[in-house]
Amino acid sequence: MSNNNSEMKPALLVLGKLSVFCSALAVWEMVSWDPQLAFFFGDPQRVVITLWQWFTEGEGVLDIAWGDHVLWSLHFPAQIYPHLIITLAETLLAFIIGTAMGMVAGLLLGINPLLSAIFSPYIKALNSLPRVILAPIFAMWFGLGIWSKVAFAVTLVFFVVFFNVWQGVRDVNPVLLDNVRMLGANKRQQLMTIYLPSATSWVFSSLHMAIGLAFVGSVVGEYLGSYRGIGYLILQAEGSFDINTILAGTLLLTLFALLLDSGINIIERYAFKYRQVK
Amino acid sequence: MNRNDPYSEPALQLHAVSYCYGQSHSQTERAVLAETSLKISAGEFVSLVGPTGCGKSTLLKLCAGLLAPSSGHLTVFDKPLDGINSHAGYMFQDEVLLPWLTVLENVVLGLGYRGMPPTESDSLGRSWLTRVGLGVVADYYPSQLSGGMRKRVALAQTLILDPDIILMDEPFSSLDIQTRQLMENELLALWEKKRSAVLFITHDLDEAIALADRVIVLSAGPGTHPIGEFSVPLVRPRDVTEIRTHPEFVGLHKNIWNVLRDEVLKSYQHNLSHHE
Repeated sequence: MSNNNSEMKPALLVLGKLSVFCSALAVWEMVSWDPQLAFFFGDPQRVVITLWQWFTEGEGVLDIAWGDHVLWSLHFPAQIYPHLIITLAETLLAFIIGTAMGMVAGLLLGINPLLSAIFSPYIKALNSLPRVILAPIFAMWFGLGIWSKVAFAVTLVFFVVFFNVWQGVRDVNPVLLDNVRMLGANKRQQLMTIYLPSATSWVFSSLHMAIGLAFVGSVVGEYLGSYRGIGYLILQAEGSFDINTILAGTLLLTLFALLLDSGINIIERYAFKYRQVK
Repeated sequence: MNRNDPYSEPALQLHAVSYCYGQSHSQTERAVLAETSLKISAGEFVSLVGPTGCGKSTLLKLCAGLLAPSSGHLTVFDKPLDGINSHAGYMFQDEVLLPWLTVLENVVLGLGYRGMPPTESDSLGRSWLTRVGLGVVADYYPSQLSGGMRKRVALAQTLILDPDIILMDEPFSSLDIQTRQLMENELLALWEKKRSAVLFITHDLDEAIALADRVIVLSAGPGTHPIGEFSVPLVRPRDVTEIRTHPEFVGLHKNIWNVLRDEVLKSYQHNLSHHE
């Protein structure tokens, strides 16, 4: 928190934030009175109704399958849950796989100058590739299920984490390294006690971006071709020019993006206990 | 005192050691250390003084095995040194504590590397922390301590491994003068108990004389080499604050300063000419 913020009265701050929200809502509501404008900008009441229906009406079935073999079926009280769970599962899988791959590759290339020299041009080339192009390729490889979306989102997450860890390993304080070498650390112990913890702070600075990109990757992947997920709902609604459903999906995505981000904050607070103490 | 006995076992010896940066061995400008021979006996406290930037740290890193000499060789207890000097503990000038570990975890770091079980190393670590007067902050993080406290932790981290040779690179130079003298006394008290060989680098002549059995003066760089050697016959145990007014101390200081002064001026001129 900056000084400016702490000097403000908290009540005034809440009031200000609320009034921005309310006036935006009011303007939107007034715009929606005109049926022609409502076609393009939607109607807040209908958006809320759509959201309400998603969470209360119909029923959802989600089959957990491995290949063609259905392991078990989950039944939900409303239609939105399978879509939501699919999108979140894709996001978390992409986040975990992408972060793990990025960390391993970043550590390997950071520690080994030879590997770094060999691979860095290829990694830079892949990173500059517009990743959306890969979505149809992954759809061909992995089908329309979740794995094509996970693979696509991994390509986004991987590079963010990789470049941060790579930088982090190369930035390890040489004096700290000399000190643990004098204390008798072998290569593996240096990795565990110096490189990994140093890289961790760099990893965490990239995790906020990584979770956001995992989410973006999943939804864009669904949007480009799928039969389930929030991106799929938005795609369907677009086909019938149903702006209210598109906006309802967008709101839901925003809400969960915020939730995921605050999840990272909690992990961060736990991992950097030593930074909290003062 | 038989510590200065020429027959005592040599802990660390440098045999005509030179060190150059980069590949060009022929260029005299780049030679940091030239043809240096030294001998430190077991249990002897040796101070190395020299003007700022004369390559003292390079010399110490060579002794630690963190750098390899360009020519010449080193022996540790009469065995040639190859790679890290496992007999030596090293106290750095900079901060070396790992910020993500607690004070206790930092102190027992080296024991962990050697595979000592945590229960054993923790109790040893706590006893060392008590010995350096920091028993109560075992579970704090380094960022919560003052500079002087962090130095004590670093000292405990090095000494807990019970090294035969302690290499110290201006370890107290970042501390204020009072804290510094306290730390010097504490170092002497700890050293009296074990009597490892110590090679202590400083640019502070007072500190060098107050602590050491022998003071070696290094020439200004480039091409640093020892140019004078003085034995310090002051009685132990010493108090570094009181000993500075001792007549013998004052005399020694004058003699050594006569040698050192020219080198300090040379170093100053050299730096000036390089900045123009």
